[in-house]
Amino acid sequence: MRQYLLSVYQPDGDPPPPEVLAPIMADLGALAEEMRAAGTWVFSVGLHPAGTATVVRDRDGEALLTDGPFTEGKEHLGGFTVINAPDLDAALAWAARMARAATLPVEVRPIA
Amino acid sequence: MSADVERVFRKEYGRAVAVLVRVFGDIDVAEDAVQDAFATAVRRWPVDGVPPSPAGWIITTARNRAIDRLRRESTRADRHAEALLLRASDDAPDPGQEGPVRDDRLRLIFICCHPALAPATRVALTLRLLGGLTTAEIARAFLVPEPTMAQRLVRAKGKIRDAGIPYRVPRDADLPDRLRAVLAVVYLIFNEGYTASSGDELARDDLSAEAVRLGRLLAALMPDEPEVLGLLALMLLIESRRPARTDPGGGLVRLAEQDRTLWDQKLIAEGQDLLRRCLRRDQPGPYQLQAAINAVHSDATTAADTDWRQILALYDHLAALTPTPVVTLHRAVALAEVHGPAAALPLVEALDALDRHHLLHAVRGDLLRRLGRTEDAAAAYERAATLTNNTAERRFLHSRAALSA
Repeated sequence: MRQYLLSVYQPDGDPPPPEVLAPIMADLGALAEEMRAAGTWVFSVGLHPAGTATVVRDRDGEALLTDGPFTEGKEHLGGFTVINAPDLDAALAWAARMARAATLPVEVRPIA
Repeated sequence: MSADVERVFRKEYGRAVAVLVRVFGDIDVAEDAVQDAFATAVRRWPVDGVPPSPAGWIITTARNRAIDRLRRESTRADRHAEALLLRASDDAPDPGQEGPVRDDRLRLIFICCHPALAPATRVALTLRLLGGLTTAEIARAFLVPEPTMAQRLVRAKGKIRDAGIPYRVPRDADLPDRLRAVLAVVYLIFNEGYTASSGDELARDDLSAEAVRLGRLLAALMPDEPEVLGLLALMLLIESRRPARTDPGGGLVRLAEQDRTLWDQKLIAEGQDLLRRCLRRDQPGPYQLQAAINAVHSDATTAADTDWRQILALYDHLAALTPTPVVTLHRAVALAEVHGPAAALPLVEALDALDRHHLLHAVRGDLLRRLGRTEDAAAAYERAATLTNNTAERRFLHSRAALSA
């Protein structure tokens, strides 16, 4: 069995209004339940907006801090799920359902 | 390479790699082993003679070579080599058997054309692993530097291994989509060979020949899939006109002006026979319909004999199935033949999506010329000429513009 990281990318800025967000969260919750029941789910994490991030670099033993996320751009990692899957096709099938539920793109990466 | 080895290489390379990928579960090991085996054949066959089953000899030799090499590596405590060896000893059917080999090649095709790989990568992998083309040949065919192509192939094989792209024929539910991707790769190779998208030569014949070979392989592996037969029929019917497509100076000759006695009647007969076979299944798809359209052209002994009504009806069907701008454009050409250029022109002029496509402006130029709007026609041909990178096509379009003005 392999493991895959399913990352959800979301646009920066305000989250959608509650009447849009509530059904999305419900769909994602139901999908996570289904993943647990199938023995696929390993763990999930939701993240605060990218603006809350801090990047730390080492400069000659001293920590150099910058405010904001590592990558520039209008979309950032919003959360991720680690799953067990026998192969990429199985992982892509779960990712397709996650993208539909989240209404956002999902990046699938094999865990080394 | 001696002629015997060369012939077996062209015919059996993909089959041998497919078997070895199953045995070792690793594409690089399989490729190295098969290349080793052919290198041995180059030394041995001229002395010992060609073995009775060349493919079986290559596969057995490749397998033994790979096991020897992995044994050497595993004594150096290489865990990966050990794992591959274990797999190879678990799974050791007679490598010459036809049944499993057939499935091996199908699996390899579906790996090469996996939708998680970029389309250009699918094409390169298919030509490399199934066609046995060298990286240099593929790079030359697609006009990219060899290191770029080598890197693309290495990256693709790394992704197949690390991301876990499965080595199997897709489930029934996924098969239609996955098969479409496979057929698209083969047709893309064919088209690249038919009208090279850039460069001086109108066609790079060897790419088309390779696509036809892959098409024949698919038809042998999936004889019950009508679109597989439809694609092969389509390629054969287009290929049959190759001798008439260029004049002695290398210039383009349009279908209407081609010397039809130059058409390859053997390919036409084979294409039409295949087409009849798949149409009997009554599951028409885009490739079968395009093949049918080409078959109508093949039936006409002169351009004036062409049954344009039949062609228009087939394009109506195709447009209903795949309503793409390119299909609309081709349908407009047929419509102009049946109902006149004035009826077709508005359809063509509404195709904003193809504004950067030289064919749109070439067709528009032709319609305008037939309507007597010579200045507009010349401008349209000139615009078409600026949009193609193929030198022969550009020359043709410039000459059209000059004739119209």
